[in-house]
Amino acid sequence: MAADPRLRSALIAPLVAKNPITLQILGICSALAVTTSLDTALTMAVSLTVVLVLSSLIVSTIRRHIPGTIRLIVQIVIVASLVIVIDQFLQAYFFDISQRLSVFVALITTNCLVLGRTESFARSNPPLASMADALGNGLGYSLVLVTIGAIRELFGTGTLLGLQVFETVDQGGWFTPLSLMLLAPSAFFLLGGLVWAVRSLLPEQAEARETTPPEVEEARP
Amino acid sequence: MSDLAALFFRAMFVENMPLSFFLGLCTFLALSKRPETAVGLGVAMIGVMGATVPLNQVIYTGLLAPGAWAWAGRPDIDLSYLSLLAFIGLIAAFVQLLEMLLERFFPAIHAAFGVFLPLLTVQCAILGGSLFMVERRYDLPEAVVFGLGSGAGFAIAVVMLAAIRSRLAYADMPAGLRGLGITFILAGMMSMGFSSFGQMVAP
Repeated sequence: MAADPRLRSALIAPLVAKNPITLQILGICSALAVTTSLDTALTMAVSLTVVLVLSSLIVSTIRRHIPGTIRLIVQIVIVASLVIVIDQFLQAYFFDISQRLSVFVALITTNCLVLGRTESFARSNPPLASMADALGNGLGYSLVLVTIGAIRELFGTGTLLGLQVFETVDQGGWFTPLSLMLLAPSAFFLLGGLVWAVRSLLPEQAEARETTPPEVEEARP
Repeated sequence: MSDLAALFFRAMFVENMPLSFFLGLCTFLALSKRPETAVGLGVAMIGVMGATVPLNQVIYTGLLAPGAWAWAGRPDIDLSYLSLLAFIGLIAAFVQLLEMLLERFFPAIHAAFGVFLPLLTVQCAILGGSLFMVERRYDLPEAVVFGLGSGAGFAIAVVMLAAIRSRLAYADMPAGLRGLGITFILAGMMSMGFSSFGQMVAP
């Protein structure tokens, strides 16, 4: 795989430079709700990556046999079937995590990221390239999810994956948990800040102004 | 009756789809640049959610729930794992049907917000509404009220966000924050505001 530069760029580019969440605004729906702790974020990231890679493989394998008019329905059915398998698997082996994720695993079906990649890439590319692209996008999504999940769990409860990192005040330590981190607004603020940071480091991603501000003559003293 | 009213306001404000459950954020962020498009999207959301959640409730209790086939002498059949496929199929079919009907009979309305209808097939908030309906075991009247309330909550949030964003068109902000970044921060502030509605309806 490393021999083919196109495959490698399909795998590497979505990590930061073309990240599906911060640049393409895809798949945010489920990204924020599951990031109150690191283990739910990790479960979600792994589930999404698996669904994305497998659905890209299937769609790309049968891409010459899907009629253009009903392709969205076909893609949704493929994705939904894979999601049902993942959901049943989680309920069987990781019951408590699956309870905490509630409906969000099922909502991978409508995750714009999955349909976006199958529609824009897997539909017109051979299976190996589609899988590399899907894996890259899945990892880019996972990277954002894990970052936000880690920040929210660390500052919200002082733990990481359930292990105590900061001694909280209740346990005689110094750290007062920020309960705002566990509520909905902080997810928006963190993702906004993350987008800001990425776009400041990579200025070419910044969005163009919609309107040009009027030229103002500065009043001279 | 007051239970249903409480459910409506809870679905609309306290459990607001985009701002407290992060559902439907893709369209929420992408179509909130202009108030006019936001109003069209909001109306379409109210209609589609108000119809699909009750329809899915009927399908779920009638065909898929454990024991639904008891009348046919097969009480042990449990098809609930198929609910995801059934729901997404019904939503896609309903959206397609609505689009065809609007195009045929109300071309003016179709021209105004017909472009949003295909997008709604893959809208997390709509599928999420149906899944929440199953998880919380709503009956039919509750499903109607919940669907309408969630749709109205989405509509009010997206119109408010679009109004704020159109005011920000002339704001001078750091280049990296422009567009998506500031929209997230705005949504966060709105989410804080909506969380104070939590006291309004006692659970």
